[in-house]
Amino acid sequence: MKPTWVSRHKRGDVIWRRSKIEKYSQEMPEETLLKVSHIDAFHGSFQALWDVSLSVKPGEIVAIIGANGSGKSTLLDTISGSVHPARGSIEFEGKDISSLEPFQIVSLGISQVPEGRGIFPDLTVSENLIIGSYNRQARSKKAQNLQRVYQLFPVLEQRKVQLAKTLSGGEQQMLALGRGLMSNPKLLLLDEMSLGLAPLLVNELYRVLKEIRERGITILFVEQNVRRSLTEADRAYIMEAGRVVLSGNVAELREEEKVKKAYFGA
Amino acid sequence: MTLLADLSTPIVMGILLGGLYAVIALGLSLVFGVVKEINIAHGDLVILGSYIAYAAMTIIGIDPILSLIIGMPLLFGIGFAIQKYLLNRAFKISMDATLLIAFGISIILQNIYQLVWTPMSRGLTTPYALESFSFGPIRFPLTYLLDFIVAIIVMLFLHEFLRRTYLGIAIRAAAQNRKAAHLMGINTDQVYALTFAIAMAFAAVAGVFLGLTFPFTPVSGMPFLIIALGVVVLGGLGSIVGTFVGGTAFGLAQTFGGYFFGVAAQMLVAYTMVLLVLAVIPRGIFGR
Repeated sequence: MKPTWVSRHKRGDVIWRRSKIEKYSQEMPEETLLKVSHIDAFHGSFQALWDVSLSVKPGEIVAIIGANGSGKSTLLDTISGSVHPARGSIEFEGKDISSLEPFQIVSLGISQVPEGRGIFPDLTVSENLIIGSYNRQARSKKAQNLQRVYQLFPVLEQRKVQLAKTLSGGEQQMLALGRGLMSNPKLLLLDEMSLGLAPLLVNELYRVLKEIRERGITILFVEQNVRRSLTEADRAYIMEAGRVVLSGNVAELREEEKVKKAYFGA
Repeated sequence: MTLLADLSTPIVMGILLGGLYAVIALGLSLVFGVVKEINIAHGDLVILGSYIAYAAMTIIGIDPILSLIIGMPLLFGIGFAIQKYLLNRAFKISMDATLLIAFGISIILQNIYQLVWTPMSRGLTTPYALESFSFGPIRFPLTYLLDFIVAIIVMLFLHEFLRRTYLGIAIRAAAQNRKAAHLMGINTDQVYALTFAIAMAFAAVAGVFLGLTFPFTPVSGMPFLIIALGVVVLGGLGSIVGTFVGGTAFGLAQTFGGYFFGVAAQMLVAYTMVLLVLAVIPRGIFGR
């Protein structure tokens, strides 16, 4: 792979980001927060992932880009433990998590906001959030995290006694994101956050994402919207038919001929 | 006497009896609502509660209601084991498998009861079980009133438990979206086992009050399972209020049926009502 983006970029905002990352890195002794090495994964007899490797450093926003069926959601599912890889390893903070169950992985500090939001329709908004802090590590910080979520999404506080199914699509996505934050994660996995939402709402969600990163939470997201991903993320992995075909920092990827051809029609 | 005064007895009896039916159906409703299993051994497990109280009464000589201190944890444990070691494994294969396992449990329990307690009819005969209570012109057994009071206590307890505790919210979350519940850090296998265990602790309560109200035999489980299914279907699946209303409606249909068409026809009337309600509102009175 090419040299890391930190050393290659001299632009002001990048240097600013770098100082942020160094700050977070002090709390995190490992250089790499998440390291996925050469994993294969199956859905029944169908192989969804082929020799996929990926790494995320503390404080980064990393995007996984690809068309429908390219394996990006499966990749997130293997990290969160919903799917177990057939081969390869997944290390989080230096510890192999590839055989752990989702509920164990959550308490280590990985939180997945699933595709289609996966909110609990007949629980109230506040119950949805409270259940996000179900794991024991998060329970003691429940009040603090709840306050933070309400700060990020004031509309959720206004609607806290309503049943989740009565929220609009955008509000439901905010709820799913807020609920993901309630588990006090170090790494947030977002699956197709902007799917089916109005552009203005998507802008708002990405603004909040930056705020979440400011608070020291690393973000790995899956997105079909390539243009968007290549602006919002620091680095990106491009997947095709279950394989990572390209990766690098987003500025480089935007210039890459193959990407231009495939996604920007240039 | 006016018709209303005449009807007051079946009305009161029906409502009070409905309380007992609701308690019997509660565990079935909870397991169906959360784990989506139809526990056809439910009636026999309720009768297990009756027999445990009977054993406690005849061997140690303690009051059946007091014996719940033993019966509830015992059935809680049995329920936890059934879900954890049998049903959790089975429902990953198919829901039909859970049905067969529950059927097997039902047959095993009935045979154990025959062996241990003989096919003879038993009852939790206590001095107060024979008392009756007057309310104006209406006379009814004291146990009917106890059934109703217990129904209200048990329903309120379950309602508050499901609303206020982490486990309660987790149980509801796991019922609504299993995959998302996993991602929230909920061990759904554990939650299902605990749900079944809680349902069985309520079955112990149901068993004691059933035994105080009616005599029971090793095969009493089946008729009460069928009543419980009727109640759950009437009230709407997986709703506590629905179970309570369904129980009351079923009790009323039974006593009214008895009043107008004779005791022999009372169950026929009750089940006809279940069918009629389903024809009009297939999801039940409180169904989602």
